[in-house]
Amino acid sequence: MVDLSVRIGDLTLQNPVTPASGAFSWEYNDVIDLNRLGGLVAKTICREPRLGNPTPRMAETEAGIIQSIGLPGKGIQYFLDHIVPEYAKFKPPLIVSASSEDIDEFALLASELDVPDVDVLEANISCPTRNTTGGNFAMHEEHTRKVVAALRAATKKPLWVKLSPNAGDIVSVALAAEEGGADCLVIANTFLSLKIRTDNFRPALGNKFGGLVSPALKPIVLRMVYQVAKQVKIPIIGIGGVTKAEDVVEYMLAGASAVGIGYAGFRNPTALVSIIDDLERWCDERGIEKVSDLIGAVRDDDMEMDTLAAASIGV
Amino acid sequence: MWPEPCQKYSNSALRIDDQDTYPQRLVGEFVGLVVSNDWANAEYKHMVVRVHPKALEAYAGQMFHLLCPSPDGAEVWMRRPMSVYRVDRDAGCVEFLYKTEGRGTRGMAMLKAGDEFNIAGPLGKGFSLKPEWKNIVVLGRGVGLATLAPLAQLARNSGVRVTAILSARSPEVLMSKDYFESLGASVVTVFDSDGSSAVENVETILEGLIADSAADAFFTCGSARLLKLTQRLGKARGVPGQVAMEQIMVCGFGACYVCVRTFEVGGVKVLKRVCRDGPVFNMQEAVGW
Ligand SMILES: Cc1cc2nc3c(=O)[nH]c(=O)nc-3n(C[C@H](O)[C@H](O)[C@H](O)COP(=O)(O)OP(=O)(O)OC[C@H]3O[C@@H](n4cnc5c(N)ncnc54)[C@H](O)[C@@H]3O)c2cc1C
Ligand SMILES: Cc1cc2nc3c(=O)[nH]c(=O)nc-3n(C[C@H](O)[C@H](O)[C@H](O)COP(=O)(O)O)c2cc1C
Ligand code: FES
Repeated sequence: MVDLSVRIGDLTLQNPVTPASGAFSWEYNDVIDLNRLGGLVAKTICREPRLGNPTPRMAETEAGIIQSIGLPGKGIQYFLDHIVPEYAKFKPPLIVSASSEDIDEFALLASELDVPDVDVLEANISCPTRNTTGGNFAMHEEHTRKVVAALRAATKKPLWVKLSPNAGDIVSVALAAEEGGADCLVIANTFLSLKIRTDNFRPALGNKFGGLVSPALKPIVLRMVYQVAKQVKIPIIGIGGVTKAEDVVEYMLAGASAVGIGYAGFRNPTALVSIIDDLERWCDERGIEKVSDLIGAVRDDDMEMDTLAAASIGV
Repeated sequence: MWPEPCQKYSNSALRIDDQDTYPQRLVGEFVGLVVSNDWANAEYKHMVVRVHPKALEAYAGQMFHLLCPSPDGAEVWMRRPMSVYRVDRDAGCVEFLYKTEGRGTRGMAMLKAGDEFNIAGPLGKGFSLKPEWKNIVVLGRGVGLATLAPLAQLARNSGVRVTAILSARSPEVLMSKDYFESLGASVVTVFDSDGSSAVENVETILEGLIADSAADAFFTCGSARLLKLTQRLGKARGVPGQVAMEQIMVCGFGACYVCVRTFEVGGVKVLKRVCRDGPVFNMQEAVGW
């Protein structure tokens, strides 16, 4: 039987399948056994209570949904007192996503989250829907380097950093996060989008802009993971459009050590466990002993070229 | 490198005769079989789906989250919430009464007897009856009737008398009158077409019921006007109530915070999730429908 475990720095995940932040909560235990997941990822929390964005918060488009939630929550104290204990009932490590628009406040939040039941701090520096002018550090290398360095100094927990696919040059931003002291890169958050209703000429979402979520984005995010993996030494978690076991394999071949899943769990509440079962069988059928052998195993160094076609383009 | 294709996807959704390998779960993803899917009138259809016995634990006011097939060449991305209209334990079926509205419900309308249908649930907090309530008043309009119908069944099982005030545009599009009557409810119908659905008239009917001690609690769904009226009257006359709310949903489990609405609790405005904190709420806390 295949060994599904993967290592992210010093942390071992029992398998590479984790939920994506904001698309998951302990309440999913109503329908799946949370102890089977690679990790438990809490919704992004902010220090102060927030109501989030006006409704509607989701609209369907031809190519997926756009959503704009605006990071609602009851603040850090409520989170520590009431939500962390809910997750602590389960075995997989707890990855806590956190966000702020202000570096000092972010660092304070990071230190407040340095408690025993929290295993990882995932810095969401890429939420496209909270405020398109601030808080989205991952749009720029310099901002990324600064905020990651401040968080690194504020916590001893493993520090994962979630990047934005909206950045012009994600490789530079990824390198900046690595230099700042990130232990792992989470690629990526959602794509900033807009839908306008033709019946009343108004934006479809209460917050106007939203993040596009769709399996159609998988090839784009996969390309980003591939490019970043070639440049950084720290592990990567690929998030975007995973709906089946081969998608996990594809992200791992591109260089990811694990994946995060949002959309597929909305569509089929039991999707995450099905994907874990399928991944195990996929590996067993092929005699793969360790799923971690797939990481970065893409065969891109011996691309065969049709000599006639090559000649026709002058190679 | 490896033989292709050899992937057989597993699906942890429960089919009708499957053994539940994870019986601790409260909520299931089910693959049911459509038994019938017929028009109730020009806009509404009534669907009966045979499901795994676990799904039959649904009670009044709860919902299922339906994976609707596409009515066209593109995808229907998210599930659609639908109240349980009826649970038929003997036949092993759950039933839905739904309005064909947009792409999801139009895709649902295309399903035929024998087709598979993936439904997740039961989800949410439904209606509850306090032991001291002996006579309740149910006020519904449009889609709201689908949500309120199983309440009449619940009341009957608990020996509670029901007066159902059913509101509609005209007698032709009125639904569920026979169903409410078959459950022993006394039915009052009001229509836009003859003006009887006007708030003043419904208020007079409610005042009469309160005077006859036939209104220990109000239950409503589907109309902002009926909610306002029962809130106002309930407050003035000390009649408690419950309202079932709707909102666009994504997860259905309380995780995503897409389905929030504003409520007022102890003078403070708060957001609650329709899928998890509701869909049934204390009527006095609702701020608009
Ligand atoms: C708890 C709950 C129980 C419900 N029970 C029933 C029922 O028993 N029978 C019934 O006919 N309908 C019911 N609805 C409403 C039903 O979910 C929507 O009509 C359906 O989702 C519309 O999907 P569509 O693809 O056909 O339309 P869309 O094209 O998605 O939308 C058409 C219109 O419906 C609105 N809408 C979309 N999704 C929802 C939603 N989740 N809730 C409310 N409005 C929505 C849209 O804003 C739009 O105006 C219920 C909704 C909720 C939240
Ligand atoms: C409703 C919703 C809420 C989300 N909330 C958050 C969040 O709070 N923090 C975050 O980092 N990402 C959030 N995301 C983004 C997801 O974590 C993930 O990056 C994205 O959905 C892409 O993955 P998928 O294709 O598997 O859905 C949210 C996505 C959705 C759909
Ligand atoms: S639909 Fe996700 S929280 Fe209600």
